[in-house]
Amino acid sequence: MPAPPERSIGLQFDQVEKRYGAVYALRNLTLKVAAGECVAIAGRNGSGKTTLLRVAAKLVRAGRGTISYTGGASNCRPTIGFVAHATMVYDELTAEENLLFFAKLQNVENPTKRVAGLLGEVGLEDRKDSLVRTFSRGMRQRVAIARALLAQPSLLLFDEPGTGLDAESGAWLTGHIGKLRDSGCTIVMSLHGESETARLATRAIRLEAGSVIADTRHGAMFQAIFAGAVN
Amino acid sequence: MALLSNAAALLGKEVRTEFRSRELLGTTIVFVLIVVVVFSFTFDPTTAESRRFGPGLLWMAFLFAASLMLQPCFLREQVNDTLSALRLAVQDPFAIFLAKIAANTLFLLLTELLMLPVFAALFNASFATQLPAILLTFFLGSVGISVVGTALAAISAQARMRELLLPLLLLPLLTPILVVSTEVTIRLMQPEPYVEWKGIGLMAGFDAVFLTVLWLFGEYLLEE
Repeated sequence: MPAPPERSIGLQFDQVEKRYGAVYALRNLTLKVAAGECVAIAGRNGSGKTTLLRVAAKLVRAGRGTISYTGGASNCRPTIGFVAHATMVYDELTAEENLLFFAKLQNVENPTKRVAGLLGEVGLEDRKDSLVRTFSRGMRQRVAIARALLAQPSLLLFDEPGTGLDAESGAWLTGHIGKLRDSGCTIVMSLHGESETARLATRAIRLEAGSVIADTRHGAMFQAIFAGAVN
Repeated sequence: MALLSNAAALLGKEVRTEFRSRELLGTTIVFVLIVVVVFSFTFDPTTAESRRFGPGLLWMAFLFAASLMLQPCFLREQVNDTLSALRLAVQDPFAIFLAKIAANTLFLLLTELLMLPVFAALFNASFATQLPAILLTFFLGSVGISVVGTALAAISAQARMRELLLPLLLLPLLTPILVVSTEVTIRLMQPEPYVEWKGIGLMAGFDAVFLTVLWLFGEYLLEE
């Protein structure tokens, strides 16, 4: 079971707008995610899912509107774990070196112990000394998840985390996200279609052209949201 | 303190990945050696000519080395989107620049030091008596090239014509420090060499100004 976060935080978008040239990636988006929620975001390619997550992580600056974190200590920056299509780890470093490097940057207490624990959790303790470039897609994604969990983040953002994973790795990922949800982490994840991972969500949102067109906490509605059968 | 410890961890990563892959240093050293050898055959200089033209050719070779070396410093972070991971992890985004500048300066200095004896042999030049001053000049010049080059590499990495953009922006901005570095090196290669402290001061000033600008506005260069 993953270590619980120090304190989960919520996330609030208030009339957020982001444009790339003339194209709106997010249009007047207002959304509130409560601490401890597990939100799945569905939508077609180009609907704004990735931009929403990158804006939430403050990797992309919104053109208009505000993004705020709720429930955390007001005087310190929240710790955000981000898992995207790209692994966000270095191919020329070993799994352990990658994690120790990011642990140092994030000032993780007792980094060697934390890294060893995480490598065990993601099932890579036997390959900790192998360069990441020798890993399969599934193994890289495990390193990526371990990196995102290093500092016990109060908010976890997953951008289509199952992309390119085989069935076994996909099942492992779903199981791990489930454990994180149960530990009380706030999770926001973008997903393409309905999947095992999508069923972990406590809330589903559908984006279309950068705006929320459907938002439900009723499991029965999830299928419609992922199928795009909502207006 | 967080800035320095983050920068130290990042510098350690830069050095480790470079010495493991040897992508930059290997190609740059070979390229610069070829440039110096070609220059020496083209001019076939006498000792007096070497004193006049040598420093200019030397700094031109350093500029070529830098433009080759600086381009990948942020492009490599885009391969797996590691720049986003760094931005999420560090307390102060300036730590990313500080580490990149330190790494680029280190790699550039290493190339320069390897090239110095080859240059001295091919151009009948002697730096033995003025070695500390030469090293100081190389260091300040390399820091200037790295500070400006790292900032421009961050800008060009997000541009469409990135391979063209960096050299285009780099040359005009580096002209002041290249001119001063060359002048200071010329004085150090004279039959009666001396240190031109005014030039050294100008180089240090150039470095300080651009480093301050990067400290103030660098964060915006990393944004998507």
